[in-house]
Amino acid sequence: MASSRWRIDTMRRHDRSKRRIAGAFGARLALPIAFAAIAFVGVCRAGDMNTAATGGIQAKLSYCKDCHGPSAQGYDGYFPIPRLAGQQTEYLENQLRAFIEHRRTNNVMFNVAHALSPGMIAALAADFRGLDPKPIGGAPTQFVALGRKIFQDGVPDANIAACAACHGPAATGSGPIPRLAGQLYPYLIKELVNWGKERGQNPAKPDTSAIMSPVAHSLNRSQIEAVAAYVSYLR
Amino acid sequence: MLPVMRGREIGIMSYVRLKIAVMAIAFCTAAAPAGHAENAAIRNCNWCHGASGQGYTPAPRLAGQRPQYVATQLMNFGSHARDNPFSKMYMWGAAANLSRQTAHDLAAYYATLSPRAANDGDRGLAAEGQSIYQEGMPDANIAACVVCHGPNAEGVRGIPRLGGLAYTYLKRRLGQWSEGFNAGASPMPSIAGKLSQNQIEALASYLSFVK
Repeated sequence: MASSRWRIDTMRRHDRSKRRIAGAFGARLALPIAFAAIAFVGVCRAGDMNTAATGGIQAKLSYCKDCHGPSAQGYDGYFPIPRLAGQQTEYLENQLRAFIEHRRTNNVMFNVAHALSPGMIAALAADFRGLDPKPIGGAPTQFVALGRKIFQDGVPDANIAACAACHGPAATGSGPIPRLAGQLYPYLIKELVNWGKERGQNPAKPDTSAIMSPVAHSLNRSQIEAVAAYVSYLR
Repeated sequence: MLPVMRGREIGIMSYVRLKIAVMAIAFCTAAAPAGHAENAAIRNCNWCHGASGQGYTPAPRLAGQRPQYVATQLMNFGSHARDNPFSKMYMWGAAANLSRQTAHDLAAYYATLSPRAANDGDRGLAAEGQSIYQEGMPDANIAACVVCHGPNAEGVRGIPRLGGLAYTYLKRRLGQWSEGFNAGASPMPSIAGKLSQNQIEALASYLSFVK
């Protein structure tokens, strides 16, 4: 139904543009109708979506990559900007919503996330998931072996579980649990050190970040640096 | 009459430029380790960049600039990776024979000098510039400068200090990103290429007042 309406509308617009030189009125009317037609389709086919929103999503992707790197490999600015490439879509979508809902504090990302529609969030997350640039590296290497041990075995004496238990043996994450492989070293440190101050900040909306709180709290600074260095080099 | 005058002026300008370039090369190749004001290389930079590196149009302030940034730029002039008009005109010659060590020493020296703010922008535009710098414009896909350049535009590592640079310099450089210059300096061409002329003037105004 809807797709035939879409076709009729497209044909009509095509017809009008033949007759009118400017065609401004036709185009202005046809565009909202086209968007409405797409919105009514319960399961939106990829072809339709590209037709209507390529410009919007491509422009937004380019905007994300201005800061997160051309392959979303991350960028070490004044503040470390995380790698998004290969990230779990569920995690990424949840974080974008967390910025909007003040569950995660970050003034810049609050503003950025606010400008995104739910459809845009899903499309962006899907695109980043498919990217696989090599990690930017740069972490000190002397504690990588210690980091690997903590990641794989935890620190039983300090009651710290093995990171691999949730994040997976290759640190690729799963669902709401983020991929850590290839993540920026300074970003990982910043997040683990500030976990309780940045995440789970909206008491009315408790979220999955609570699971990580005791672990982040129990790790000391040198353990954090070791684990961060180890996963930052994983492909 | 006019074309003749113009031709003569251009001739004089080229001669002056050539002289500056020759002097620059002569001084720089003879440079001893930098570190004090009597140093020949430093004195040579100061011809254009002003006493104590505070900048003098069109040469930007070097005082307080991030040393890693300055050293990289000096190498980029030498390799012609930084290719905007004034770079070609002045800095390609001046940096042509700089060794990595001399570039590093000069950068370290200028980083020790305290920068003064140029304060020469339009105060009426500063609030808009501050908003773009600190918040970006997500609806227009314009990134917040603060994330990389820092809360006080102080820069870090190879990312330059922008705070207190001259309005004219900032405006010119911001405008050049969309004109295809310094194309290898990712991510700036993509970020600044999205700025309108008004936004560039607002940012340049704001930054000229930042201490």
